[in-house]
Amino acid sequence: MKINLKINDQPVSVDSGCTILEAAEKLEIKIPTLCHFTMDCFNVEHRSGSCRVCVVEVKGRPNLAPACCTPVVEGMEVRTNTLRAINARRTILDLLLSNHPKDCLTCPKNLECQLQALAQEMGLHHLLYKGEQSTFNKDLSSFAIARDLDKCIMCRRCETACNKVQTVGVLSGVNRGFRAVVAPAGMKRLADTECVFCGQCVQACPVGALSEIDYKYPVWRALNDASKTVIVQTAPAVRVAIGECFGMEPGAVSTGKMVTALRMLGFDKVFDTDFAADLTIMEETTELIDRVTKNHDLPILTSCCPGWVKFLEHQFPELIYMPSSAKSPQQMFGAIAKSYYAEKIGVKPEDLIVVSVMPCLAKKYEAARPEFAPNGVRDVDIVISTRELADMIREAGIQFEELEDGVYDSPLGESTGAAVIFGATGGVLEAALRTAADWIAGQDVREIDFKAVRGMAGIKEATVNVGGIELRAAVCSGLGNARKLLEKIERGEANYHAIEIMACPGGCINGGGQPYHHGDTSRLEKRMAALYRADAGLPIRKSHQNPDIIKLYEEFLGEPGSHAAHKLLHTAYIDRKNG
Amino acid sequence: MSCQCGNATPADRAKFEELGKYISSLPIAENPSRSRGFLIQTLHRAQSMFGYLPEEVQKFVAAELKISPADVYGVISFYSFFTDKPLGRHKINVCTGTACFVKGAGKVLEEFKRRLGVSEGETTADGRFFLGALRCVGACSLAPVVMVDDRVYGNMTAEKVADVLAQIAD
Repeated sequence: MKINLKINDQPVSVDSGCTILEAAEKLEIKIPTLCHFTMDCFNVEHRSGSCRVCVVEVKGRPNLAPACCTPVVEGMEVRTNTLRAINARRTILDLLLSNHPKDCLTCPKNLECQLQALAQEMGLHHLLYKGEQSTFNKDLSSFAIARDLDKCIMCRRCETACNKVQTVGVLSGVNRGFRAVVAPAGMKRLADTECVFCGQCVQACPVGALSEIDYKYPVWRALNDASKTVIVQTAPAVRVAIGECFGMEPGAVSTGKMVTALRMLGFDKVFDTDFAADLTIMEETTELIDRVTKNHDLPILTSCCPGWVKFLEHQFPELIYMPSSAKSPQQMFGAIAKSYYAEKIGVKPEDLIVVSVMPCLAKKYEAARPEFAPNGVRDVDIVISTRELADMIREAGIQFEELEDGVYDSPLGESTGAAVIFGATGGVLEAALRTAADWIAGQDVREIDFKAVRGMAGIKEATVNVGGIELRAAVCSGLGNARKLLEKIERGEANYHAIEIMACPGGCINGGGQPYHHGDTSRLEKRMAALYRADAGLPIRKSHQNPDIIKLYEEFLGEPGSHAAHKLLHTAYIDRKNG
Repeated sequence: MSCQCGNATPADRAKFEELGKYISSLPIAENPSRSRGFLIQTLHRAQSMFGYLPEEVQKFVAAELKISPADVYGVISFYSFFTDKPLGRHKINVCTGTACFVKGAGKVLEEFKRRLGVSEGETTADGRFFLGALRCVGACSLAPVVMVDDRVYGNMTAEKVADVLAQIAD
């Protein structure tokens, strides 16, 4: 049913159930918002109506109405810019700022903060209210996510991300009145909770209350330490997002510029996590074919996403036999760098510093897991996010947009189209299917685009013919979707051979370490399209055809699944039911 | 769902069992999506059994009602009646409702804090006294009012605080 109303005298007709805010958007009338948060392509909507910044005047209604959660009714007459509405908004903002720290200049969300943007938009130049300031301790306990509760404005967007989208359930509104904040049960530190560090809360937080643990300085220090050889790996999803930090169009593929920038920052070698993604496919596909042909321990689950792995360890410990034992590409890269490559260049593992650039905050946690530090030397020493790399490039005065394209160094820089699509939901499975099809058929299969597993849908199912075998596969992204699928498996209602799971909705393109999208999911769609464009443009698109991977097995590892491969490239999971 | 506290005493185990029975008696199955609606009454029952709501109890309730422990803690921390810490033997509650507040409850509360060395909502180190503030006990004509356990003291002043404390036997 259509509802007719007027906003600022302009008639508009919208579906019933629409809010005033949505009707205004249709007329391209902007109503300021703060707590309101949507991610359209994942059907995520958070409209708590808690901040009241969006109040408007509705004829015949004595009080102002919050536009984000007031449904339209027939004949409604709305005014968005009366003096009364504007004054109310300014008062609300003034009150929000009365106990908000004013350290914008040094805030991790400086220039990305929606509260700051709002103050600028409303031309708020002096504050009337001087409020008491909250004094919570900062939570820097984890390797991944920093919490500064003094900056929390109780919009509760992080809660929606943590509880509704991811069903991790770590964050909740606690206390009341002035002491109210969003925090884990018992006001615990994040490191002591079941948090999986996906960072979706950091993406959702409009202010500086949630941000990443910053590792830029350790990278600078390593780069300036003459006794160390410092190499870097870049994850697939970074190249299609980093340009946004420099005002480039979303979806630009900036691989070459990024390589040049990393070289200018002083890294001794610039390598690619994509190389290790190809390596992951070699090991994981070997395991897949083995488990499918022997028909045991099915389905096989992917294991590249550390947020998903930690989720499984806490929430479904009885299923920890299911994921592939293959390490993630980041950790495979570290293990190979500190053994094969260190040996090749004659550097001791402790003098080789491996830096990762990841779209992800959980990767910071993953690299610090004790099992990934053989003899006390970490395989991956420092992890920075896409945003942190952009900050470093800016800090070094490098004009990113103007850079010439560089190419990755050899031998850990060579990769294929199968590896680059790891950055999007469905990509890992598609990459595995390309290799599985060739290996099972014993030939170079020409049909390699498995389009059924592509796209933003949270759960995708497909039966694909792989070298004559009908393989039942599923792909899911977002941990809430993963939970649904795993519960189906537990109830015996699902019968798949292989499942890819990524913690973040859409995959790594929407990682917690990516440029802030502020709810504009069209950006994510563009990043995804860019990955498939990059794949299509590469000469080699199957992992097992990567010449440097072939050489690595010849020189060092033997066969996929060999003893040497198992020692370096595989891992085991931990039952974390009780912490 | 078994009890989650590894080192629970037999008495505690019996309480967990009883709480489990109470939760299974609730009509949750009729509307599983509304299980959160049973949280507050469950917490009331749990607190009356355990005296307070320690983490193990919170986790147990969360698991039984299929909601997150953070959510349970959110509710406990919101309502001043619920507590996740053991309370002192004697509960001193200063009314800070409008009438009592206007008549100087703030000064009375401050004096209790000073004498007991605790803040509002805390228990003294020796476990004797819990000091709380609540809003309106319905005895506004006697404002400001203090409740010690079940006894009401009216027309309180900061000077009378020492006397009130002295009257508490153990």
